[in-house]
Amino acid sequence: MSAIIVEGLSKRYQIGHERSHDTLRDALSHGARNLWSRLRNPGNDSTTLEEFWALRDVSLRVEPGEVVGIIGRNGAGKSTLLKILSRITEPTTGSVRLRGRVASLLEVGTGFHPELTGRENIFLNGAILGMQRAEIRRKFDEIVAFAEIDRFLDTPVKRYSSGMYVRLAFAVAAHLEPEILIVDEVLAVGDAQFQQKCLGKMQAIAADQGRTILFVSHNLKAVEHLCSRGLLLERGRIVMNDTAHKVVADYLHRVAAQPRANVARALNDELDLTGLSFAPATGRTREPLEFTLTFRAKRECVLQDLHLFFYNSFGERATILDLRDTASPGGLRPVPAGRQLHIAGCIARLMLVEGNYRVGFTLRTARHFETCHDLADLPITAPPSQGGLQPYAPEYQGAVLLDHEFTARID
Amino acid sequence: MPEAGPPTPFPAAAVQELVIEAGRTERHYWADLWRYRELLGFLAWRDLKVRYKQAVLGAGWALIQPIITTAIFTFVFGRLAGMPSGGVPYPVLVLAGLLPWQLFSNSLNGTSNSVVGNSHLISKVYFPRLIIPLSSLAVAIVDFLIVLALFLVISLWFGTVPGWQWLVLPVFILLALLLALGAGLWLTSLTVKYRDFRYLVPFLLQVGLFVSPVGYRTDNFPNWRALMALNPLTGIIDGFRWCLLGGAQQLDPRSLVVSVLAIAVLLGGGLWYFRKTERQFADVI
Repeated sequence: MSAIIVEGLSKRYQIGHERSHDTLRDALSHGARNLWSRLRNPGNDSTTLEEFWALRDVSLRVEPGEVVGIIGRNGAGKSTLLKILSRITEPTTGSVRLRGRVASLLEVGTGFHPELTGRENIFLNGAILGMQRAEIRRKFDEIVAFAEIDRFLDTPVKRYSSGMYVRLAFAVAAHLEPEILIVDEVLAVGDAQFQQKCLGKMQAIAADQGRTILFVSHNLKAVEHLCSRGLLLERGRIVMNDTAHKVVADYLHRVAAQPRANVARALNDELDLTGLSFAPATGRTREPLEFTLTFRAKRECVLQDLHLFFYNSFGERATILDLRDTASPGGLRPVPAGRQLHIAGCIARLMLVEGNYRVGFTLRTARHFETCHDLADLPITAPPSQGGLQPYAPEYQGAVLLDHEFTARID
Repeated sequence: MPEAGPPTPFPAAAVQELVIEAGRTERHYWADLWRYRELLGFLAWRDLKVRYKQAVLGAGWALIQPIITTAIFTFVFGRLAGMPSGGVPYPVLVLAGLLPWQLFSNSLNGTSNSVVGNSHLISKVYFPRLIIPLSSLAVAIVDFLIVLALFLVISLWFGTVPGWQWLVLPVFILLALLLALGAGLWLTSLTVKYRDFRYLVPFLLQVGLFVSPVGYRTDNFPNWRALMALNPLTGIIDGFRWCLLGGAQQLDPRSLVVSVLAIAVLLGGGLWYFRKTERQFADVI
């Protein structure tokens, strides 16, 4: 008996309908215009709405105990699929059958309240994820030990570093005991050591306890390592369903061939991302690289954390670019409503090995925690070799370049 | 049952099956609501904790507002307008009317903003959405209980001893809450799609404070009672005065019928509309 059976699942969003009717006036005037044009030319249904299929006819079976990795570019439908499976949004057509208790982890620390302490947030977050109070109490010590935050248990989480915040949030989620676990790109935040710990925990859950895991990640190494099966989504359809290893290889092949759409997007009710660009668009090793990142605030908010991620083509993090405000206490950067936040700077010397990098970001305000791991491409090329020497192959060089000088002497 | 593949580690009887389809009304909605009752408690606890953590005066805020409003209304209606108080000290009369009014207006304010205020939860986790407006009532109830204690102190100070009518008070408290919840369910679901409704609530409450018999008694205006009874709050406020002032207020059955009918219509319709639209909350919010 399969744990998950998905049949003919589609999800349609109507852009320009559900998005722009923020005010009653719009809805009324739109309705009036519709009526008018319908009266003038009956039979011509003048829906000017733009339809967008986030998922199109997706079918899939997952057996109990399987760990399935879902990969694909941003906008391929990965998150929509997880949201339908988690019952957050309804499918337009098709059906899903889930056998067993489902828990989903679409974001780290959903419902964390900045004013509440770590201890209080463990209970709140546990309840939001569907745990019973007694269950949380029973696992409390284990959660605290896993998160390694015991000294800060009674500190409000607004004073936590983002590493501590993520550790605590994941620790709560890791102690859920569902039969089906749905996880969206949550491991990529946090430090490498903690990532390893989370991966280990997930692996243990799947192997020892026979849980079914559906796992979205940009970290292709993690998918290969953790998953028995891979699904590749493209424009809302499953284009490949095979072993994780084959799917990852195929994805790497496809990604190299595709141009990318615009990066601008709405993030939440506070901020829109309006731009991210690099000059030159193709970086060159050991040369300067300028970057520009812009946001627009829809309402007043205070930025507590902001950094860019650089991932290599395997989805491993190469480095981050810290953009927190070092001048203000606690790194808080208020942005008034309706204003643009414009961050521009320069990396003095780009010391990454040539290759195709993907750039993402994390930002945190008092109310939101947004992470995007696949926002823009940054190809980096190496200048022709100096002195006529044959350069080493990029894979051979590892991850970073070193700024070094040396002399050689023969005594 | 022999089957290929790894054995299911869970006994078949314990495995629950869930079907997700377009337009399928959740069959287990009310059972789910019960299953998630602890979450309801946690969200209410969060709202209370945050409210009192951020304010230095804490519970003091719950008292300052009614005390000042009572003083102003006593001056305006009791002194300037010289309205008769029916033998009850005017501040006690005002506070007895202010109690249900504040319970209603705080509850309505809380519920109508609740869904948009918790949009980050709605877009990331499943739970019966009805939990959100329900949990938002907690703050209003706690504030109400604090002011009720204040009322008891003040009325004892003026020498009024609580009568047996106090025992009926829970009925009227429930009516005030249900009326606010009914209207709040409409407003909170409408606000998800049309943010305009955010501006409607403060206006409604401002008008309501003067249209409802908060600063004066309905007994003073026998000719206008029928018209005043059209306001569903009139019956509830009169009921509160009847309970709290030991019967020094007449109960008008007409206004009570209007209140109960209004609750039935608003709450029934509100529940229907909320359930109808909640499935799209995550897409629209």
